[in-house]
Amino acid sequence: MSDLGKYAPLTYFQLMEVSLRELLVEKGVLSERQIEEAVADMRARGSERGARVVARAWTDPAFKARLLADGTAACQALGLEVPALRLIVVENTPAVHNVIVCTLCSCYPRMLLGLPPEWYKSRNYRSRVVREPRAVLAEFGTVIPAQVTIRVHDSTADMRYMVLPMRPAGTEGWDEERLAALVTRDSMIGVALPTAP
Amino acid sequence: MGGLPAGPVQRTEHEYAEWERRVDALMVLLSGVFGGKRLMTVDELRKNIEALGPEAYDAMGYYERWVSAIAQTMLQRGVITTEELARKMLEVERREAG
Amino acid sequence: MKPVEPLFRPGERVRVMKAYPLGHVRTPYYIRGARGVIERLCGAFANPEELAQMRDGLPARPLYRVRFLQREVWPDYRGSCDDTVDVEIFQHWLERT
Repeated sequence: MSDLGKYAPLTYFQLMEVSLRELLVEKGVLSERQIEEAVADMRARGSERGARVVARAWTDPAFKARLLADGTAACQALGLEVPALRLIVVENTPAVHNVIVCTLCSCYPRMLLGLPPEWYKSRNYRSRVVREPRAVLAEFGTVIPAQVTIRVHDSTADMRYMVLPMRPAGTEGWDEERLAALVTRDSMIGVALPTAP
Repeated sequence: MGGLPAGPVQRTEHEYAEWERRVDALMVLLSGVFGGKRLMTVDELRKNIEALGPEAYDAMGYYERWVSAIAQTMLQRGVITTEELARKMLEVERREAG
Repeated sequence: MKPVEPLFRPGERVRVMKAYPLGHVRTPYYIRGARGVIERLCGAFANPEELAQMRDGLPARPLYRVRFLQREVWPDYRGSCDDTVDVEIFQHWLERT
């Protein structure tokens, strides 16, 4: 499993990772196989699950209502495996735009969107988006008009949040798969809008 | 840290290194997300990250903080001892150097 | 162990305690002392302050989403006067106003 050290000496923290892992395996706390499977599971999770949820909500009003009432149950009803996820989905409307942050650490709906982007975990995003969301969104190229209310959601405790973006115009009659391709990870965090058709 | 002054958001995407993915896996497995025995809580991890102090945010990378916090939590829980960790780190170092 | 009973209902006005204890706390500094409105009861959860200290955090206690007007949280807020920040806060950090 060790791919380190062949090309460069291990850093102190890489050394700690290898050592900690080997100790835990030796003690029977974890197995190499479990670790490999967990790595593979997370690697395979991009934001497609989230995009699927959004596309279904755009095409199925009953599902959308369920999603907004109980995000986790709705995802499970879609057959998605989302262990340990307590999900709240917040809906963008012409009057309200939502954006997600975890100011305290980096809580993120990983089971739906995969590993968070580096910027989401950064000091700069976490400090500023809660205080000046419009300026931060503008840095992402997203300009929210003054008459639209912005809600920042700080996931400080057990719930995880995902934005349900507005369905882009010009997508009438599109099937779910085609719609899902428009739904970017950043639009489900709230720093961007879905791709226009 | 919400509301503190800070600079523009750097939007570079990060390609995760294998060791970082393994730290992530340790965190997920040890906190019992995939079933199995829960050997620690994310709350203990977060507390141990906070205990690193504010300079750690600038000096250490994200997964460097996490691997330190996981190790501290395992030590606090008595799953491993400092002596075991020291000996293992020396063993790995020698092996990688050889 | 039976969870702690919820004290607040959606729509009620609350204030976040302006306290700065040691230990692991999930109530952000920026919101302490702020006044807001209960947006929803999220459910009952084990107390993270206790979980962080390797205790079980029981009985579970109510966790709320509380909505705050940005212009009331930040003195220099420049944005729509309706903009909000919604934060999850445990019951023991909230007082009725």
